Amino acid sequence: MSKKHSDYIIKRNQNNYEVIIGLEVHAQVSSESKLFSSSATKFGAEPNTQVSLVDAAFPGMLPVINEFCIKQAVKTGLGLKAKINKRSIFDRKNYFYADLPQGYQISQYKDPIVGEGSVILDLPSGEKIIGIERLHLEQDAGKSIHDIDPQNTLVDLNRSGVALMEIVSKPDLRSPDEVNAYIKKLRSIMRYLGTCDGNMQEGSLRADVNVSVRKKGEEKLGTRCEIKNVNSIKFMQMAIEYEANRQVDLIEEGASIDQETRLFDTKKNETRSMRSKEDAHDYRYFPDPDLLPLMISDDLINDIKKNIPELPDEKKKRFIDKFNLSAYEANILVSDIETSKYFEEVIKNSDVKLSTNWITGELFALLNDKNLEISKSPISAKNLSKLINLIKDGTISGKIAKSVFEIMAEKDLNPIEIVEKKGLKQLSDPKEIELLIDKVINDNPDKVNEYKSGKDKLFGFFVGQAMKASSGKANPQLINDILKKKLK
Amino acid sequence: MSNILDFTLVDLVERIKKKDLSSKEITKTYIERSEKSKKLNTYITEDFESALKKADNFDSKPDFNKKLPGIPIAVKDLFCTKNVRTTAGSKILENFIPTYESTVTNNIWNEGGILLGKLNCDEFAMGSSNETSFFGNVQSPVGEKLVPGGSSGGSASALAAKLTPSTIGTDTGGSIRQPASFTGIVGLKPTYGSCSRYGIVAFASSLDQAGPMTRDVKDCALLFSVISSYDNKDSTSINFKRDDYFKKLNKSIKGKKIGIPKEYRVDGMPKEIEDLWQKGINIAKDAGAEILDVSLPNTNYALPTYYIVAPAEASSNLARYDGVKYGFRSEGENLIDMYEKTRSEGFGNEVKRRIMIGTYVLSSGYYDAYYLKAQKVRRLIKNDFDEVYKKVDAILTPSTPSSAFKIGEKTNDPVSMYLNDIFTVPINLAGLPAISIPAGHDQKGYPLGLQIIGKAFDEQNILNIAYSLEQEIKFKNKMNDWWI
Repeated sequence: MSKKHSDYIIKRNQNNYEVIIGLEVHAQVSSESKLFSSSATKFGAEPNTQVSLVDAAFPGMLPVINEFCIKQAVKTGLGLKAKINKRSIFDRKNYFYADLPQGYQISQYKDPIVGEGSVILDLPSGEKIIGIERLHLEQDAGKSIHDIDPQNTLVDLNRSGVALMEIVSKPDLRSPDEVNAYIKKLRSIMRYLGTCDGNMQEGSLRADVNVSVRKKGEEKLGTRCEIKNVNSIKFMQMAIEYEANRQVDLIEEGASIDQETRLFDTKKNETRSMRSKEDAHDYRYFPDPDLLPLMISDDLINDIKKNIPELPDEKKKRFIDKFNLSAYEANILVSDIETSKYFEEVIKNSDVKLSTNWITGELFALLNDKNLEISKSPISAKNLSKLINLIKDGTISGKIAKSVFEIMAEKDLNPIEIVEKKGLKQLSDPKEIELLIDKVINDNPDKVNEYKSGKDKLFGFFVGQAMKASSGKANPQLINDILKKKLK
Repeated sequence: MSNILDFTLVDLVERIKKKDLSSKEITKTYIERSEKSKKLNTYITEDFESALKKADNFDSKPDFNKKLPGIPIAVKDLFCTKNVRTTAGSKILENFIPTYESTVTNNIWNEGGILLGKLNCDEFAMGSSNETSFFGNVQSPVGEKLVPGGSSGGSASALAAKLTPSTIGTDTGGSIRQPASFTGIVGLKPTYGSCSRYGIVAFASSLDQAGPMTRDVKDCALLFSVISSYDNKDSTSINFKRDDYFKKLNKSIKGKKIGIPKEYRVDGMPKEIEDLWQKGINIAKDAGAEILDVSLPNTNYALPTYYIVAPAEASSNLARYDGVKYGFRSEGENLIDMYEKTRSEGFGNEVKRRIMIGTYVLSSGYYDAYYLKAQKVRRLIKNDFDEVYKKVDAILTPSTPSSAFKIGEKTNDPVSMYLNDIFTVPINLAGLPAISIPAGHDQKGYPLGLQIIGKAFDEQNILNIAYSLEQEIKFKNKMNDWWI
């Protein structure tokens, strides 16, 4: 673990408190069908239209593992640089609820499919390594809907049996900002791998947040509370802030913290007790006798390994080493797989430095302005690449490029055509420029005299006049060179 | 034809193929006798009308290449049958009609079999006397007020009373072999993984196996070759090449090594059973088999182990009967209240007892002492068999420690009821195949059975040994149709 510590400290009276956070992230496996049945998993389908006899737990129905989900979990494990357990066990977690048709959830308890791994966070203070405790596969439950019918609870089983990966971190996180960075990095890795779309609005990624506090310098961990099922980074951060402060207040009052499960009320911005340790369910875990131990061969692991794409950390390193990008620029370009794809498409045929500037500058501003993902960018990578080449080879100036970019943003047109149609080509013929300059000099004899008698600042005036005379199209370098010669 | 009822399954198949008999004639004959035998209470659901239609259909377009061409069969009500009510002997599924078919029954229909109806059984197959069924006791054709055994009691009774030419049951701890022994029929519990569990109402998943119940060993081999199949809908189904057990049936057992486990000589075992066992040993010896004394040292722990593992799995398997999705519901003030009422009213006492035992042994603080330890002992029991099978090809034991008892005799003493399964339970724990064949009668004239236990997937071998013994034993059922 990195020795760098976050400076997120809660101060009370004379005491400084450190906040210790661990996350259990539930990530929906990207898969056409469910973990133990062939039902579809599409988001937003009509209620109870993606439910098989297995999902609804009819008598005599048996689970059959979906091999693709296993591969996805292994792939994710490899992406987290984690140990893949060649033998893992599916257990039953027993509890009654209306949206849990079997009366138990098939999960993994003592023998998960993936063991210890790690995730590197890129923080303003530098890199920090967050330990991964384990990753296991489990079924999602259905959905109970309490607010449609005043008398009854309605149950939608579309989600029942959908494959989830529960990714458990070590208690290595120290601030809401680190949690933000951790979730984003985890999501980025899974999106690179194609194992989870990371869509928090659709519930593909949610987390249980474990929070405890301790006086800075203490070794022993404080009593933790678990905040269940938080479904956005913002809410996670708010919940942690509230919960950490609540715990500090309790300690300062001399009270003790009860280990319990809490709920985050997003409207009131507070956490509330759901159930205490004493009331905790006894889930009566035991190995599911309908399923054999899951054995994964080295061949399968190696096959998956071969197909792991370059991940953000490696990509970042390559961008820095090969393209001379700063760590900051590289981070921005690799954090989202779509951005990195766009970038790599542009630089196939264009200058890296200019491409980096244009993507992180003009393009990001445009996307931000229009609230668009880069995958929906109004300007294709191909056309941006062409625009950058026009600048690079001197066909247009940077300034003209910006106005071409604006036209492209409206309609994804080929910049070469725009430049031609609008006659925006840079004037690069020295003879023509010389004519323009001669005219400026002839029109301003006074200024020429002043310049020659030592008023160097006037040079800019001549450049400006010449540029104006060319309607902005003259090559500025040529103007400079020729002017210098003429005014000697 | 009056002798239709006397034909074995194999006889009927031959006669249908020779066109001596039609499916309709056979089906009608069994339906008529079933109609006259309601006193036995073997059927939970009759499907007679539909059976006659199917028989007509078969006769109009017969396919004699099938293994069970136009043959009617009633099955235990634990097998889900498409569009035919399936209750598992429970109130909680009293009106449940599946939209799907179990793989085992589907195999039978694919080979030309015709469903007669669904046979009574202990509730969720939990019982050894068919007294726990929500649909009432089954009487044994062996004698009035006598239990047929359980849990496949309706199947055993219907078969012994000739209400169906053959049948299928399920065996979790002896539920095929014990009733087979009590009613003088043949019952096979196959190797775990041989018959698909898909569509069978689950009791204890790691122990449940479906199997044939028939009049003789040849019938058993035929029906077993129909129902055993690899099924990718059951993750515990084993994919191996299945022989035609019927065609390969062979009564020569010369040179076969048969083990006699000393631990099965339990205290207080009736002399009649001792004698029966010795008779079996002598017959096997005379037929050329080599008899060896063997030891299965952990046999004593089998029953307690079983009564931890089976209820544990059952407590979880039965959680789905909660009144939410299908089956019986008793309305409540809220969700918890509805659960409590539904499950209190929907389940019978034996089922509730086992759910409580199972819940207890899995709960935190007790898991290691009970469930985990039981799993370890289970492994030791299996190791015992593995050791013995280095020396012998099969093991011969009595099927049960006693003959059939009276209805009500053991209902207030669950432990003495559980002791009935003492010889059958170890086999389920070890996942092995075992067959019970009728071998004689006690002084009261009640049938007694012998059990032949095989190596995993060695059904052919125990069928052959059973076939050989059967020739010499020449068992005759002593029934007098008292119920008609």
